[in-house]
Amino acid sequence: MRRKIKLLTKPGGKTMNKINNLADLRKMKDDLQNKINLRVKSDSPDAIVQIKVGMATSGIASGAKEIMNYFIEEIEKRNVEALVIQVGDMGYCYAEPTVEITRPGEDPVVFGYVTIDRADEIIEKYIKNGELVEGIIPANYHSID
Amino acid sequence: MNKYKMHLLVCGGTGCKASQSNQIVEQLNAELESHGLEDEAKVVVTGCFGFCEQGPIVKVIPDNTFYTQVKPEDAKEIIEEHIIKGRKVHRLLYVDPTNKESVSDSKHMGFYQKQIRIALRNCGFLDPEDIDESIARDAYQALGKALMEMTPQEVIDVIKKSGLRGRGGGGFPTGLKWEIAAKQASDQKYVVCNADEGDPGAFMDRSVLEGDPHTVLEAMAICGYTMGADKGLIYIRAEYPLAIHRLKVAIKQAMEYGLLGKDILGTGFNFDIELRYGAGAFVCGEETALLHSMEGHRGEPTVKPPFPAESGYLGKPSNVNNVETFASVPVILLKGADWFASIGSEKSKGTKVFALAGKINNVGLIEVPMGITLREVIYEIGGGIKDGKKFKAVQTGGPSGGCLTEKHLDTPIDFDNLIAAGSMMGSGGMIVMDEDDCMVSIAKFFLEFTVEESCGKCSPCRIGNKRLHEILTKITEGKGTMEDLELLKNLSGVIKDTSLCGLGQTSPNPVLSTLANFWDEYVEHVIDKKCRAGKCTALKKYIIDAEACVGCTACARVCPVNAISGERKMPHEINQDICIKCGACYDKCKFSAIFIK
Repeated sequence: MRRKIKLLTKPGGKTMNKINNLADLRKMKDDLQNKINLRVKSDSPDAIVQIKVGMATSGIASGAKEIMNYFIEEIEKRNVEALVIQVGDMGYCYAEPTVEITRPGEDPVVFGYVTIDRADEIIEKYIKNGELVEGIIPANYHSID
Repeated sequence: MNKYKMHLLVCGGTGCKASQSNQIVEQLNAELESHGLEDEAKVVVTGCFGFCEQGPIVKVIPDNTFYTQVKPEDAKEIIEEHIIKGRKVHRLLYVDPTNKESVSDSKHMGFYQKQIRIALRNCGFLDPEDIDESIARDAYQALGKALMEMTPQEVIDVIKKSGLRGRGGGGFPTGLKWEIAAKQASDQKYVVCNADEGDPGAFMDRSVLEGDPHTVLEAMAICGYTMGADKGLIYIRAEYPLAIHRLKVAIKQAMEYGLLGKDILGTGFNFDIELRYGAGAFVCGEETALLHSMEGHRGEPTVKPPFPAESGYLGKPSNVNNVETFASVPVILLKGADWFASIGSEKSKGTKVFALAGKINNVGLIEVPMGITLREVIYEIGGGIKDGKKFKAVQTGGPSGGCLTEKHLDTPIDFDNLIAAGSMMGSGGMIVMDEDDCMVSIAKFFLEFTVEESCGKCSPCRIGNKRLHEILTKITEGKGTMEDLELLKNLSGVIKDTSLCGLGQTSPNPVLSTLANFWDEYVEHVIDKKCRAGKCTALKKYIIDAEACVGCTACARVCPVNAISGERKMPHEINQDICIKCGACYDKCKFSAIFIK
C-alpha cells in the first residue's frame, strides 16, 4: 500500500521554516494552542466555567447564534477560562435566547432574554465574580440525567 | 485561522479504519459542507480511543459525546441533529453493559473513569498526521529542555529516579539501561525502538505509533542525547502498514521543522531516525534476535553477554527500548520524576497499557496505574464477563505468561506480583476466559503458537515445546495418563532452565500455571475422560434422551457415519464407538432430545 505523504508546504510551494531554538518552539506551541484548545478544555470540563447556549429552532430564531459567537470571541479576548457548548432546546422558548452557566462546583444558572449587552454583563459579573445579574430563570424542574 | 465551535474526533486506528471510519470522515465532511458548516465544525482523524469493541468511535467536542459503532450513513443524523440542533443521537450512545443505561459523556463511562493515560495521552486526542497539533500539545518540549537545560547525566538521573521500567515485558529499569549505554566508548552508537509487537492479542505499541508517533520520535532523540548516539532505528513489523505510514509522515514533518536531523534547535545535536521492517516473528521481540534481523541476518537470539549496550547493531553499542517505554519518557521530563513515581506501586511506577481481550464486555486498550487489581480491571473497566457468564481465569503476558484465577482477583498488578503469582506482565496482553473455556485447550493453544514461533536454534525450545504440545494434544483427545501430567511438569522445568532466550524460558508458563491452578481439570481429562467446558471434541459424548426422542429419524439421516439407529417413532440410540462427535445430530434435533455429556 503506497500512500502520499503530506508535506508541510504553505500555498505557493514554500516549505515551512525550521525551528531554530527552544524559545521559538515554545512560542510556536503557544501560537498553535487554538488548534486544540477546544479539546484541551473539554478534557476537564468540570474545572472551568461552562456556557451552554440553547440552539434549537426558537433559540436560533431569536439570535442565539450571534450570542454564542459573542461568547466564544469575548471569553478568548478577555482571557476567561470557559467552554462554550451548543445544546438543544432548554424549554424556555418564551425567553430565548437562553444561556445556562455552570461555574465550577456550583449549580447551573439559566439566564433568559440574553442580548449582546446582557452577555457582556454575564461575563463580567457572573462568570468572573459569581455576582448574579438580571434575567435569571429559576429552575423549576429536576433533570433525570 | 478558523474558530471552530466543535470538533468531531473520528478514530483512525487500524480497528476503526477496518470498520469504515474513512467513509465516516468523508460523509461527515460532505454533510458539513452541504449545510455550510465547514467553518464551524471540524472533523479530525485521531489515533485509537482504546474502546475498540464499540468502534468506529466518533467523539463530539466540546460536550464529550461519545458515539459508538457509527456507520457512514449515520453522518447525516449526527450533523443535522447534534451539530445543528444540539440534540444528541441517542441510538448511537454507549450502553453500559451492567445497568443497560446509555451514557453520553465519555467522562462518565466506567471504561474511562479508572484510567490514567500517560503513554496513550494523545491517542484519540490529536491528529497524528499534523505535527502542529502535537507541538501545541508539548511535543518536542522535553527534547528542547533536555538539550538546552540538562546534561545527559541529568536526564538519565531523572529517568532513574522516576522508576520507569521497560514496558516490553522484562521490566528492566530504563534509566539504568540508558546509563550503561552512555558509558560505552564508541565512534557510533544506536538507539533502537522495538516495535515488533508479537504477542497475540496485544496492540498497544501499534496504537501509540498510530495515534502519537511524535512522542516516540522525541523520546528516541532524548535517549540519543543521553548516550551519545546520532542515529535511531525503529524495528517495526511490516504487518503494521498504518503505523509505518504515520511514522513516515511524522519523521518527514519533524525533519522539515528541524526537530530531527542536523543541528536540532540550534544546539548542534544531530539525530536521524530510520525504519527497519520485520516480517512478524515472535522471537524478534527478543533484543538480540531483533538486532540480527535488522542487520539482515536470521532472526535468532544469541547468548548475552555481550549485551546490546556493549555490542549491538553492527557490533556498536545499542540501546533497545519498547514503544510504550519511550512514550512515557517525554512526560516524565516535563512533569518530573516525582510526579511519575507518585503513580503506581512500590516497585513498579507509573502506568501500564493493557490490551483487554477475550470474554469481556469492553474489549479494548486501557491504561491504568500499576497496582490496580484485576477485579477493578475486569469488572469496572472491562464491564464484566460477556453474557453474564462466570469468570474463570485471565491470561496475562501472552504466550509467555500464565493464567491467574479468581484467587488472584484482588492482587495488585505490577511486575513483581505477577511473577510471584506464576505469570508475568509481558507486553500487557490480558485474555479473559469464562466457564466455557477448557484450560487444557488454552495451554495447548499457546503451545501451538510457541512451537510455530520457536526459531529452532536451541533444542530445549525446538524439541521440548513440540513434545509439550504433543502431550497436551494427547490429553485433550482423552488418551492421557497420570504419568503424562508428571512429564509435563518435568519437561516444562527443563525447557525453562535450559533454553537460550526469553521465548523458551517462558513458553512453558501457560502449562505450568494451568497445572498449578487447574489440576482438577487435567485429572478430569485423564481419569474421567471428561472436559467440563465441553471444548475437547474427542471427550464429548452425544446421548439421546429416550423420553424426549419421538423417533422422527432426522438425526439418523444427518449422521455422516451412520452411528444412529432406531425404528421410526421409537427412541433412537447413538453407537459411541462409531460416533465421530461432529454434532450434526445435536444441531438437527428439533426436540432437544440430544444432550452432550
